[in-house]
Amino acid sequence: MSEAVSALNGASFEGFAKVEETGLRGMITVRGDLTSKEMAAAVKTATGAAVPVQRKVAVGGSGVVAWMSPDELLVVVDYDQAEATVVQMNEVLSGVHALVANVSDARAVFRLSGDGSRDVLAKLAPVDFAQDAFGSGGIRRSRIAQVPAAVWGNDDGSFEIICFRSVAQYVFDVLKISAQSGGEVGFH
Amino acid sequence: MLTLQCPYCGVWAEETELHAEGEAHLKRFGPGSDDADFESYLFMRENPKGVHLERWRHASGCGKFFHAARSTTTLEVFGTYAAQTLEPPQDIKDKISAKIPNWSWREFS
Repeated sequence: MSEAVSALNGASFEGFAKVEETGLRGMITVRGDLTSKEMAAAVKTATGAAVPVQRKVAVGGSGVVAWMSPDELLVVVDYDQAEATVVQMNEVLSGVHALVANVSDARAVFRLSGDGSRDVLAKLAPVDFAQDAFGSGGIRRSRIAQVPAAVWGNDDGSFEIICFRSVAQYVFDVLKISAQSGGEVGFH
Repeated sequence: MLTLQCPYCGVWAEETELHAEGEAHLKRFGPGSDDADFESYLFMRENPKGVHLERWRHASGCGKFFHAARSTTTLEVFGTYAAQTLEPPQDIKDKISAKIPNWSWREFS
């Protein structure tokens, strides 16, 4: 088996906020009826969390589940657990109409931390990043400059951004430009 | 700038996050239909001055198609609704009627 390497191999940048590529992450796309008891059981076995409500992220003992659309979830686990989790979820979901796919190598994840994080994001996405509109545990699929991306807020005030691996360099570059010293906005 | 609420994920999405997908409530005429019906399905579109029913897609968001009712003259949005319907829901029709009495759009009024 070849050695797996993340898109930018952990590149980081420090301006008025810190941008870092988080490295390998296990990501599984799940589609199906989110209200079914089979789905609840599958998510529970995979992560220990319940199915999140609209535009929320649920954190469990062994992973995180994000609400992506009315029929889609993203399950985030350790990279080396992804394949095993797919098998596990498929077993629980056998017999119901659902799809479980390992998309770990198709994505890149960035973490954005620091006081100015909200301003860095607000420059790039058409989203209200005010504290009361978008807090920890919320997820928003939108765009970062010209490419689709999803952003969620962590409890420590940092943000994580998921994009397609093919545009990882682009997203890193625009985040760098947005976070560079001298570009502080001080709005949020 | 146009801001529409996606009925699937509840997000107030602005225009650049959405993609316009043409006219709403088109009835498809496929193989076996007569030429006049097929032509009107393919080419004949409404281009109203006033109330318009459109299809949009939350392209950079949840990816779902939905319908929107708005005015092409004032840019007022009367509401958005799910795509799994053959006609605009009554509450959307009522909202339009409250602003523009006697409106009509194709077979709806």
